[in-house]
Amino acid sequence: MADKYPTERLKTWNDAKDIRLNYYKDFAEAREKGGIRWAGGAWAFDAVPAGLGDDVYPLTGEPYGASTAFNREFSDDCLEATEKYGFARDLCSYMRNYWGSILLNKYTFGGEFPKSDFLWTDHICCSHAKWYQVAAELEGGIPYYCVDVAVGPDEEVDENRIEYIVGQLHDGIEWMEEITGRTYDDNRLIEAVKNEFRSTSTWAEICALNKAIPAPLDEKSMYSLYVLGTLMKHSKKVVDFYEELRDEVKDRVERGIAAVGNEKCRVMTDTQPPWAFLRVFRYLEKYGCVSIGSLYTFGLIGLWEVKEDGTWGPKTTPMEKGVSITSRDEALRELVKWNLDKPEWQHFYSPKYKSDMMIRIAREWKLDGVLLHYNRGCEGLSLGIAENRLALQEAGYPVMIFEGNMGDEREFDEARTVARIDAFMESLDMTKEA
Amino acid sequence: MKVAGIDVGAKFVKVVIVDDGNLVSRSSRLMGFEQKESIEEAFKEALEKAGLKKEDLTHTTATGSGKTEVPFADDEFTEVSAAAKGAVNLIPSARTVIDVGAEEGRAMHTNAKGKVLDFVINERCAAGAGSFTEAMARALEIPLEEIGPLSLKSKKSIPMNAQCVVFAESEVVTLVHQKTPKEDIARAIHDAMASRIISMARRLSIEEDVALVGGLANNVGFVESLRRELNMDVKIPEEPEYVPAYGAALAAASRAGGGS
Ligand code: SF4
Repeated sequence: MADKYPTERLKTWNDAKDIRLNYYKDFAEAREKGGIRWAGGAWAFDAVPAGLGDDVYPLTGEPYGASTAFNREFSDDCLEATEKYGFARDLCSYMRNYWGSILLNKYTFGGEFPKSDFLWTDHICCSHAKWYQVAAELEGGIPYYCVDVAVGPDEEVDENRIEYIVGQLHDGIEWMEEITGRTYDDNRLIEAVKNEFRSTSTWAEICALNKAIPAPLDEKSMYSLYVLGTLMKHSKKVVDFYEELRDEVKDRVERGIAAVGNEKCRVMTDTQPPWAFLRVFRYLEKYGCVSIGSLYTFGLIGLWEVKEDGTWGPKTTPMEKGVSITSRDEALRELVKWNLDKPEWQHFYSPKYKSDMMIRIAREWKLDGVLLHYNRGCEGLSLGIAENRLALQEAGYPVMIFEGNMGDEREFDEARTVARIDAFMESLDMTKEA
Repeated sequence: MKVAGIDVGAKFVKVVIVDDGNLVSRSSRLMGFEQKESIEEAFKEALEKAGLKKEDLTHTTATGSGKTEVPFADDEFTEVSAAAKGAVNLIPSARTVIDVGAEEGRAMHTNAKGKVLDFVINERCAAGAGSFTEAMARALEIPLEEIGPLSLKSKKSIPMNAQCVVFAESEVVTLVHQKTPKEDIARAIHDAMASRIISMARRLSIEEDVALVGGLANNVGFVESLRRELNMDVKIPEEPEYVPAYGAALAAASRAGGGS
């Protein structure tokens, strides 16, 4: 049957691929260029180490864990190595892929695992608190700094709580100067912070464009795009890329270009997908079903606010509001306030926040149903997911659940998941195209 | 209009032939290594019993985990939808349908037409399915068909872990060594299974009436445990193991334009 809507490959697709691969290559080759390497979580305040110079290269752990998971054979080796070492099989699977790479001394992108000069992270979930502490030990005792950000949901944040985190960042900068012997440049920090505001707000703008019918983007493709924000949201490269992508997606909406040409049914998912089995998303397309994204793809990087008409849109940046950012303290303060408002940080404190945001997405992005991944690999993002299911159902949205693990392919049953999709689609009166 | 529904399960293949809404024949075969042969044989037998030839059928719909293995089926219907449709057609008041087969247990919340509104399927371990009772009957060294009636003789409830077949089996062995009467062990096995199935079904809102279908519905011990643990009546249609195949036949009729 002919598609209902025209489709087109994204013009910016290859740029996204290049930025990602160069990021991992730059990290591996940083030493040869006389640069500095640091590693930490994707939730880390990555704009802060940017003040050490332009030759400072990060490696964020979660996307590295996901890339490793995508390579099933190597991932299995990593997971087995951590189990042999004595770590429990139910720990965060990104973390286990990362530790496994250190233990095997193999980098997913080729060669030996590149050792960092220092580790810079924060801890929003319990795994974060231990991930880099263990990594520092496994790598022979490299300097490690962790910022405690667990100050409560945004609605409870006050000046004292902000001060608590800002104070840790000030100390962290002094610590970085000490361990690297470099002089910290506040102008570079200010630039990086402004870049982060722009990139994360622009990503939200891109996701908001997916409210259109047909959706210009599908979630499987979005994974390859949002990831740049998890790698280096503070970098100008990412800002430029997202602005170009935003223009392209806007143009797709204006011309009615669809991600899934036979779009008949719209769903969202939740939490990280089982990375080794992304083809499940292509299976959905046989039913004309497009996953328009998720709170995870929208809100791990994207920053949002409620607009005048009551709907979700990209958060207005401090620069757009005319806030002055001219000193280290101002930059850190704005950075902390911005990050504490991140959607995915809220539901660590109660599933209620997550349910509300998911129901909002279901309503505004006009969804027919929801696919929830009971992700055994991530205690953080799957926290309270059964509560979310009930709330979504109460709000009138059919929900399908499937069990799996984002980074441990041994815990995902593809055939059963596909059988579940068939049953769910049948219950939504969707038929599979030949 | 004559149609067929074929349920290719993990252990048995079941065929049902329906003529203008009336069930006219049924047949089943153990799924051996030669799966295609078992399917063909069961199909042939059902046709013979109905006095029909293959060409007399307007439409054939397959369901079950092996539904793609039926070369002569016109289309497929998921196990979830087939069990719900068949059960509600036979028990029109049913709004929650529990289907427990050899390898899988599932529960569906349905509307009055048998359309699935929500469903859950057991995960990974066969502790919530028929093969669990087989393993336990082996551990008790009694024939499978005796385990149900035996458990009805028990007056005592013994807690047992049924999260995992392997652990449960070693628990049974311990109970046997402790000289626990076999009927009490049999009841413990069914109680454990029932509680596992119920905890899965409770993820749905259990709306009465509750219907039980699938091969396990023939096990009187399990049914008794399920009723006791659920604290509500559980309705069982005749020949409950054929209900998904019957649901598939109803889907075949409606797809061929004969209504449901
Ligand atoms: S939030 Fe999930 S993925 Fe991230 S560190 Fe915690 S457990 Fe791992």
